[in-house]
Amino acid sequence: MAGAHMDVTDVAHLARIRLTPAEEQTLGRQLDQILDYMEQLKGLDVSGVEPTAHPFPLVNVMRPDEARPSLSQDEALRNAPAPANGLFMVPKIVE
Amino acid sequence: MEYEAVIGLETHVQLKTQSKMWCGCANTFGSPPNTNVCPVCLGMPGVLPVANEEALRLTVLTGLLLNCEIPARAKFDRKNYFYPDVAKNYQITQYDQPSTRGGHVDFEFQGGMARVRITRAHLEEDVGKNNHFDRNSGVDFNRAGVPLLEIVSEPDLTSADMAYEYLNALKDILVYGGISDCDMEKGMVRCDVNVSVRPKGGTGLGAKIEIKNMNSFSGVRRALTYEIPRQIEVLQGGGTLIQSTRRWDDAGGITEEMRTKEHAHDYRYFPEPDLMPFEPTPEWLAAVKSRMVELPLARKQRFMKTYELPAGDAEVFKNDVPLGHYFETAAQGAANPKAVANWVINNLRARLAETQAREIAEQESLGLERSDMTFTGLSDLKFPPQALRDLVGLVENQTLSSSAAQQVFVEMFETGKAPADIVQEKGLAQVSDTGALEALCDEAIAANPGPAADYRSGKLAALNRIKGHVMKLSQGKANPGLVGEILERKLRA
Repeated sequence: MAGAHMDVTDVAHLARIRLTPAEEQTLGRQLDQILDYMEQLKGLDVSGVEPTAHPFPLVNVMRPDEARPSLSQDEALRNAPAPANGLFMVPKIVE
Repeated sequence: MEYEAVIGLETHVQLKTQSKMWCGCANTFGSPPNTNVCPVCLGMPGVLPVANEEALRLTVLTGLLLNCEIPARAKFDRKNYFYPDVAKNYQITQYDQPSTRGGHVDFEFQGGMARVRITRAHLEEDVGKNNHFDRNSGVDFNRAGVPLLEIVSEPDLTSADMAYEYLNALKDILVYGGISDCDMEKGMVRCDVNVSVRPKGGTGLGAKIEIKNMNSFSGVRRALTYEIPRQIEVLQGGGTLIQSTRRWDDAGGITEEMRTKEHAHDYRYFPEPDLMPFEPTPEWLAAVKSRMVELPLARKQRFMKTYELPAGDAEVFKNDVPLGHYFETAAQGAANPKAVANWVINNLRARLAETQAREIAEQESLGLERSDMTFTGLSDLKFPPQALRDLVGLVENQTLSSSAAQQVFVEMFETGKAPADIVQEKGLAQVSDTGALEALCDEAIAANPGPAADYRSGKLAALNRIKGHVMKLSQGKANPGLVGEILERKLRA
């Protein structure tokens, strides 16, 4: 069946996931099957159905604009592998 | 072949709120790094964002000020990408259902009016700030999660100057509306520029080149002044342009390529499952509408029409809102609003600037930082705006000469006394009593036989010498116009 196809290598790169060639094969096959299900859904007439972003019928969940205490700098940086001068240090960023 | 530029701008503006978009961390600039952060804006697992209501209000208010439509339903989406300043590995934004869409901005340009259509203004969150060092980089997340409005224009701009004027007009509107302080020094406004060129009069669009992350309006103007001729030159040399992203190097005065279309980002947007859609109720919208203000351009035009001010004066009051407000109060019921405007702009503003300069020098000598200093402002004046109108009235009805009015103003500024009282106390009222002036004129003619003879023999300038004598005798209070008339009559007799 020449159904839908997903470029697993590309998607894995976008998600920053490293896959072995074997994993790429397996996942590629599974993802293509999922895409095929989607293709089947495309056949349905949904012209009278509103798109749903969320299953809950809830809107306008908001909080008042009030500032509250934050974490201390030490606390904020506690998980950082390499904090320095109050910053999260990372490999040099080059755009 | 002649070419024309097609320019659209994406302007990012930090909203003026107390707290961040999804959490209660303070939205302030200049704190020590990573001190306005919490698990939500640090992207810790398991946290949930809750939308800041004021940020939603400011977004809709911006939409109203930019003549946008406010859709009945808006929602948030995730824009996925990996970058050290995005802790969650996605930015929450509004993709296909923004809070506002389809508006326009009118502004003055090259002596006429211009209009730029607004595609949309949508709400998103700012990202952290990267600090670059020799061997590595460091991220400060204080800015991460600050509410950020992205205002997208249609490609209606045609030149660097027009883009510059549009940005200034947009900034004026946002400052007027209390949407953002738009402090460029603090990075509150940033801009992405989309620019292409096409044969003049054409309808298609050339390859779109994006210049990212501009942080000053003059930078945008300089970058476009460089980029537009560069693109035209490539085409005229027989080359082709491809869709790409460039960086503006302000020091070098050039743009350089960062990435091309093949390496364009794929953000894989999808609806944010942690946030509910937003459907403004009529009451909520009405409350936001009540915060609408007169737009800067409308205000300028109203000042010109209502008070018959020249464009220059109206522009001063457009740019300095409190001064304009002061003028409007002072001009209430004034016979000659233009004269009141002169006093506000030329005398009051200059005197305040002088006072403030002195206060800055004094406080600097005490070692105070600029942010801790206090100055005399319009609200600290010792006299009410009506006193300025009264002063102008005294000049208009010839009670005061304009030089005496200056003295009265200085006294008002220092003591807050009413102009009429000062005039009386100091005996500054202009003498227009013809009887008294006749006597003084006789005395001055008698004391200046030489100039009197000169005048009679046709040297008309000699009159000034005698006139000066009368002014001296009257201690500056004689009405100079009347003195001139009386002297001429007497000398011709």
